[in-house]
Amino acid sequence: MGQVDTPPSARKADRRNLDWFIDKAVQVLVFIAGISAIIFIIGIFVFITKEGVGFIFKSNYALSEPVFGLLEKQKMPEDQLDALTDLAGKKFATAEDLLKAVEGVIGVEGAAKYKDILITKSLDQPFNLKTFFTSPKWAPTSEVKPTYGALALMVGTASVTGLAMLIAIPFSLGAAIYIGEFATGRTREFLKILVELLAAIPSVVWGFIGLSIMNPLIIKLFNVPIGLNVLNAGVILGLMAAPIMTTIAEDALKAVPDRYREAAEAMGATRWQVILKVVLPAAKSGLVAAILLGVGRGFGETMAVLMATGHSINLPTSIFDSVRAMTATIAAELGEAAVGSDHYQALFTLGIFLFLVTFLINLTADLVLRGIRKE
Amino acid sequence: MFEASELNIRNRKVQRLFRILFLLMTLLLILPVAIILAILTWKGSSVINLSFLFTSPTEGMTAGGIFPALIGTIWLVSVALLFSVPLGVAAAVYLSEYARDNWFTRTINLAIINLAGVPSIVHALFGVGAFVLFFKFGTCILAASLTLGIMTLPVVIVSTWNALQAVPMAFREACWNMGATKWQTIRRIVLPNSISGILTGIILMVSQTAGETAPIMFTGAAFFLPHLPHSVFDQTMALSLHLFVLATQVPGVPEDLPYGVAFVLIALVMVMNSLSIAFRVYLRGKKKW
Amino acid sequence: MVSLPHSVNPVKLAVDDVAVSYSGKTVLKGVTFDIHEHEIFGIIGPANSGKTSFLKTLNRMDIFNPAMSFTGRISFSGQDIRTWRNVYSLRSRIGVVFPLPVGLPLTVYENVAFAPRLAGVSRKEDLDIIVERCLARAALWDEVKDRLETLGSLLSGGQQQRLTIARALSQDPELLMLDEFSIAVDPVTTMRIEDVLKDLKKEITIVLVTNLVQQARRLADRMALFLDGEVVEVGVTEEMFAGHVKDQRTKDYLDGRFG
Repeated sequence: MGQVDTPPSARKADRRNLDWFIDKAVQVLVFIAGISAIIFIIGIFVFITKEGVGFIFKSNYALSEPVFGLLEKQKMPEDQLDALTDLAGKKFATAEDLLKAVEGVIGVEGAAKYKDILITKSLDQPFNLKTFFTSPKWAPTSEVKPTYGALALMVGTASVTGLAMLIAIPFSLGAAIYIGEFATGRTREFLKILVELLAAIPSVVWGFIGLSIMNPLIIKLFNVPIGLNVLNAGVILGLMAAPIMTTIAEDALKAVPDRYREAAEAMGATRWQVILKVVLPAAKSGLVAAILLGVGRGFGETMAVLMATGHSINLPTSIFDSVRAMTATIAAELGEAAVGSDHYQALFTLGIFLFLVTFLINLTADLVLRGIRKE
Repeated sequence: MFEASELNIRNRKVQRLFRILFLLMTLLLILPVAIILAILTWKGSSVINLSFLFTSPTEGMTAGGIFPALIGTIWLVSVALLFSVPLGVAAAVYLSEYARDNWFTRTINLAIINLAGVPSIVHALFGVGAFVLFFKFGTCILAASLTLGIMTLPVVIVSTWNALQAVPMAFREACWNMGATKWQTIRRIVLPNSISGILTGIILMVSQTAGETAPIMFTGAAFFLPHLPHSVFDQTMALSLHLFVLATQVPGVPEDLPYGVAFVLIALVMVMNSLSIAFRVYLRGKKKW
Repeated sequence: MVSLPHSVNPVKLAVDDVAVSYSGKTVLKGVTFDIHEHEIFGIIGPANSGKTSFLKTLNRMDIFNPAMSFTGRISFSGQDIRTWRNVYSLRSRIGVVFPLPVGLPLTVYENVAFAPRLAGVSRKEDLDIIVERCLARAALWDEVKDRLETLGSLLSGGQQQRLTIARALSQDPELLMLDEFSIAVDPVTTMRIEDVLKDLKKEITIVLVTNLVQQARRLADRMALFLDGEVVEVGVTEEMFAGHVKDQRTKDYLDGRFG
């Protein structure tokens, strides 16, 4: 409607010029860049799932040891059994394929007699969720029967991360309180910069420190045969995670408005009482988020745990036992696993698990943090 | 009435106690690392000299220098920068200047946080699955750098976003009032006044990228190569991986050699970070408004 | 009603039943009046009466502020501002000076040359002329002519305020809107700027938002009283000050009984 009664002079002025189009183009471009983070997260999930998820549902048909046992029980003649050993371990996509191969060796009539066993008992799933979560046996390259139990790896990761958090949580919170609430002026700036620099040390250097400095130190101090163990990796990981946790925790403390402190101090509370009764409760969510992010960092750390844990599959009974972490397993074995093999896919399956767990941890931390912003 | 009561004295004592306790905790966090760094420096500096920096490893990597690894790290970091800086800055511009506060923007922020939190080895798996296999780059600098770039993208986005947000809203409104488009405002006022903050973040990203090992292990970095890379489609050595290899994979390495590599790596990262911090401190002293 | 010479001028801005709201909360409603070319139209009223929101609406700032929205119809030079396809060209025709002085972190020279550069003026000689003329009109030239390279954001508050006015003038606007421009400016300078405004009226249309009743009396040809998000009364300034008002609240406000 406006167009009709618009005087020509105004309409001439109202033209979409080059600047208008450039602005629109830029808007589209930065929008695409803006959603790139979403695309990458989805991409990561899709690509590791693509390589790894097939394995979870993979099913083969093969003449395994138990099948031979059953055939023997069903009184299959020796010569036929001998002939079939050639097929042992060979994998077939369907039971029919397997049956055909057996028929090729011992003839159609011979095979027909044992059809039931061949079809129902030859199913061989390399991956089994129950095994994955409950078996401590990670033997992907076993000649006899590859097993993919991640329990020992999970326990390894958990024990190292747990010990690291036992060290990092009190120390980083203590340091955050000191830097944020007690230290002033230059001391504070200096400590903050120092903590920031500590956070920058690469994980491979931490691993090297564990290997070459902590290792002999632990052997000497505790008189144990091996210094690459839960203790070593836990301390290293704790020292690694603490600076980041300190920074986030200090931010959380800083986010508590000064008027809270002033109000409490006006009522005669000492600095420590203010911290304990006012600041810490107010910063609670931020501190929880700091801890969660620290856990996430420890959980996902790769090079340092690869080098400092001893990398041996073990359900640890003491902090002086060597263990192996999930991340380190991938790092150590991906190079040897042939692309597309069961072993290779199993490593991606581990990756999916790692991704999902860290995703959950980060999501929780974010929800906790968003909680404060809403308050 | 105003005399220090017994309770008051006790409170003060408790306060002093906790103050000391927290100071000790802070020091205990910093001191061991300082000692470790001192040992690294002490042992490492004995092998550092010009020929260590500028020659290739020899005799099965048990002697010689780190030149190809140094050059390789520069390659990897540069290509990663070329990828993640434009993308990250643009993403931050979107989030800071265009995005509205709604569920979609929150989803983007969540994705950024998660991207930063995904374990480095999972990034490596992604790099293998996507760049090496799916896009058929093979193991090469390009695949490794893209993996690194995606991994460090959150650093660029978050630091750039902070720098952009530090420019007062009133400046933008003043420009809009004069008929400037959003882009004109960003280009003439917002970016020029946040460029130093953005640089600070980029330096941090360089430092982080240079130290990463896991993401490049299977995507483009090799244990040992007799020649330097010629293009992004070549494999390369890298400092971080070189340290790992020397420390764990090669028998008969003289004890001090990996210390030298570790020292160079630490020095690189520390110089970068100090630069970034110095830059920030300098900026704080030189306000333009 | 007494007819005045200016009312024969064409309508520059037609405002018809406009209401403005932020996140659904109405801050201004029922605004209806015409502003004619070559007049100074005063908008008076106490703080939080919706004056600034009104200016932001004229400027289509609602586009950049998702919380802000308006209803009703506003025509600028006969064209509904909602149908304006290039909102930037609309804004470049409307100069605004908001009460908070904002010197952009550019040199004083570049502050004033900003809008002309956007409009495509690039020759140094042309820019020099514009910069000097606008700074002089804003009563700032004498103070800054020797330091045009200082950052505009580092000038004093009063100087930044006049720099903001100079910037608005540099747009060569058809409509100039000033929102309490004299807050940070001393009385003598205020008078000089007021003289410039009287002079500018010959070329452009001016909307003057002020809470200084006497300033409105000195400058405005006609004026509207905004109160609690509503327009109480619109009238010819002289008549209103002569006591010809319909609403008791207008009389009370002009007499300084509140606000």
